[in-house]
Amino acid sequence: MKKNIFALVSSVAVLGTALAGCGGGQEAAKPAEQPAGNTQTQAPAAAPAAEKKPQVLRMNLHSEPPTADPGIAEDTTSGAVILATFDGLTRIGGDEKPHEAAAESYTVSDDQLTYTFKIRDHKWSNGDPVTAKDFEYAWKRALDPKTASNYAYQLYYVKNGEKANKGEAKLDDVGVKALDDKTLEVKLENPTPFFLELLAFRTYFPVNQKVVEGNEKWAGEAATHVGNGPFKMESWEHKSKMVLVKNDNYWDKDNVKLDKIEFSMVEDENTELSMFENGELDWAGAPMSALPTDAIPALKEQNKITTKPIAGTYWYKFNTEKPPFNNVKIRKAFAFSIDRQGLIDNILQTGQIPATGAVPPSMVLNPNGYFKDNDQAEAKKMLEEGMKELGISKLPAITLSYNTSEAHKKIAEAIQDQWKKNLGVDVKLENKEWKVYLEDLHNGNFQVGRMGWLGDFNDPINFLELYKDKMGGNNDTRWENPKYKELLNQSALESDLDKRKQILADAEQVLMDDMPIMPIYFYTQSWVQNPSVKGVQMTGLGDVDWKGAYIE
Amino acid sequence: MIRYLGKRIIFMLISLFLIVTATFFIMKAVPGGPFTSEKNVPDEIKAALEAKYKLNLPMHEQYFNYLKGVVTWDLGPSFTEKSSTVNEMISRGFPVSAHLGAQALLLAIFGGIILGVIAALKHNKWQDYSAMVIAVLGLSVPGFILASFYQYFFSIKWGLLPIAKWEGFEYTILPSLALAASPMAFIARLTRSNMIEVLGQDYIKTARAKGLHTMTITIKHAIRNALLPVITYLGPLIANILTGAFVIERIFGVPGLGREFVLSITNRDYTVIMGTTVFYSIILVVMILIVDVAYTLVDPRIKLADAGRE
Repeated sequence: MKKNIFALVSSVAVLGTALAGCGGGQEAAKPAEQPAGNTQTQAPAAAPAAEKKPQVLRMNLHSEPPTADPGIAEDTTSGAVILATFDGLTRIGGDEKPHEAAAESYTVSDDQLTYTFKIRDHKWSNGDPVTAKDFEYAWKRALDPKTASNYAYQLYYVKNGEKANKGEAKLDDVGVKALDDKTLEVKLENPTPFFLELLAFRTYFPVNQKVVEGNEKWAGEAATHVGNGPFKMESWEHKSKMVLVKNDNYWDKDNVKLDKIEFSMVEDENTELSMFENGELDWAGAPMSALPTDAIPALKEQNKITTKPIAGTYWYKFNTEKPPFNNVKIRKAFAFSIDRQGLIDNILQTGQIPATGAVPPSMVLNPNGYFKDNDQAEAKKMLEEGMKELGISKLPAITLSYNTSEAHKKIAEAIQDQWKKNLGVDVKLENKEWKVYLEDLHNGNFQVGRMGWLGDFNDPINFLELYKDKMGGNNDTRWENPKYKELLNQSALESDLDKRKQILADAEQVLMDDMPIMPIYFYTQSWVQNPSVKGVQMTGLGDVDWKGAYIE
Repeated sequence: MIRYLGKRIIFMLISLFLIVTATFFIMKAVPGGPFTSEKNVPDEIKAALEAKYKLNLPMHEQYFNYLKGVVTWDLGPSFTEKSSTVNEMISRGFPVSAHLGAQALLLAIFGGIILGVIAALKHNKWQDYSAMVIAVLGLSVPGFILASFYQYFFSIKWGLLPIAKWEGFEYTILPSLALAASPMAFIARLTRSNMIEVLGQDYIKTARAKGLHTMTITIKHAIRNALLPVITYLGPLIANILTGAFVIERIFGVPGLGREFVLSITNRDYTVIMGTTVFYSIILVVMILIVDVAYTLVDPRIKLADAGRE
């Protein structure tokens, strides 16, 4: 009996402390919760106190960056870390234009084939001076077939770059040369009006020759990682967290206000959003991650979401070798008959822009588009004429393919429904695992299939060159037009910007006249952020630059 | 005993070899490769990549190279995570997954057995029903729902525990609970049904007739017998739970090994697929062996011998 009483008393005591623990925890958690939920009202009240807030930004990197080496990086997560820790000859500024960064100044020859850069007097994060040789080394390294850099083709604009990567020319013949420690001479294949923008792309970033040659795995750990950018890597716990701190050797350090960026690596989007709402993160959603689709309507209602267009197009590709899509009028009928705006308003819901051309708005050639969205009359006419040309009276059932994903499925179902209603055609949906899907698309095993394309730099050629060659690696439609090819070739040689733009616009017109692809919408990015975070620059290419970010 | 173990180890090696071989060829037969991507790269770059990772060699050479790698435990570089090797990925991820798994396992085993024993002792009383309701819930509610549920109440509503990440003991509690739920429920049901059967047997009645205390009967006589099926189940369970759980690790942002099993296949990251499969298989066959040995400890009637009696 005594024992039982003792047990009772002790269990009550344990329960009591546990409950007390609960209470305490609850209170402690509250102040932390408030800034996230209620910042708008709090921020002005806090401002007069004028206490400087800790300049620490808490971000989620979503997943482990595969590498922090600018020469071999190929994904956006790595790209974001690299942009924070490196500086190219140019850097894209708030006005979306390239500005001198690691290069202090440059001169261009009259034929626009030779650029000479004066390298700014600055240092790597380990204290070594950044020299022109580091740039020469970095570019040649990326072009070396032994490096096997996925993005080496970005350097094909440099003279002999392509040949060197194919092993047809020696690396020494590549048109990049350090004339002395501070002067870099670059020779190009063709006049390239977007070359200064390209320089802000990571494959063109320098690497510290001594560091790279001394340690093959230099870019895999924080201790050995060396950059010349606004931040340097303090710690990198793989798959768990990464901390970047301000780089005191950065040439423009006075304009870097953040002391620290702390990255978590949480892959689940719902968890990320919960952490944001709980005040543990300053940011959730694009560009590294995405907002959970189910949460978007609620977030929109609370006006928390920020949306920004990026240079990307979501389109359906027609296999132009398989009937009925070997007929241009049928392709047009399918393209004209869908209601893009309706799709965006009801299904996508994050302010995408209806696409009536291939080239996205940030680099647009023809702002009015090439056809009308949801043009049922024209679609019916095209369908009739097309069927007459093919000699059929009823369209056969067609198959629409997409890679397995909830978002693509919803779009495909909506379009399936619209085609059925507007054109009276039966559409079968077919989904495949991502890599199987890619393989099938590249091999022409499809009728209509979805695909998206994001620009790497801000020029329409990014989108137009895909369809230049019938068997080009990213064409997939098997479409080819000699006039189109000719126009693109011309554009490469044209050094007058306005003329070049006109040539490219003519080319896009040819593409839209033949319609091997059906543009659907231009991508946007959407995210939620702590309102006291300012100055984070989201570029039109979907990259993020924290150089000028600060906490207010 | 030693002869028996030797034989078992040889069989283990043979099964590992078969697993490696089957995985290798099935993996190669799946369409798409590590360098199939949305942005198809020019042919020369694809060739350079394939040369770098030795994917341009004939299939049988790749296979033999791979076998050599497994024997020397050099599993090669990851194609996706360019700055890591498979060995590094396993040695980083496994301790985390094993830590989480061990905690979950302790919860599952003790929680499950206690629930099961209580349910059996109080057969058809309210204790039995409530224990079994918990067990049915644990089995039928999927892990990801349970995980979100915990996050919502314990972290967001009450602010008791962190939502995600892996930075200390308090970060391990919710994922362990979420991971333990389903095996705990299974063990509870298994224990209960066996206990009920065992408690009805004559030797228990004899023990009772001798006037032994219920506690002594349960612990000394009943549980030991009732646990044999649980031990059988523990072998694969331990291998599974220690090598990581994709969904739970993803939701709680745990840097474990679970994601590699799933994502390496999506990425066609051949070396990682092989590495994780081999690693898992090794743990699995070892666990099964240990389970067989453990039978003899729990039940002296079982003898590990293969003295030609067939």
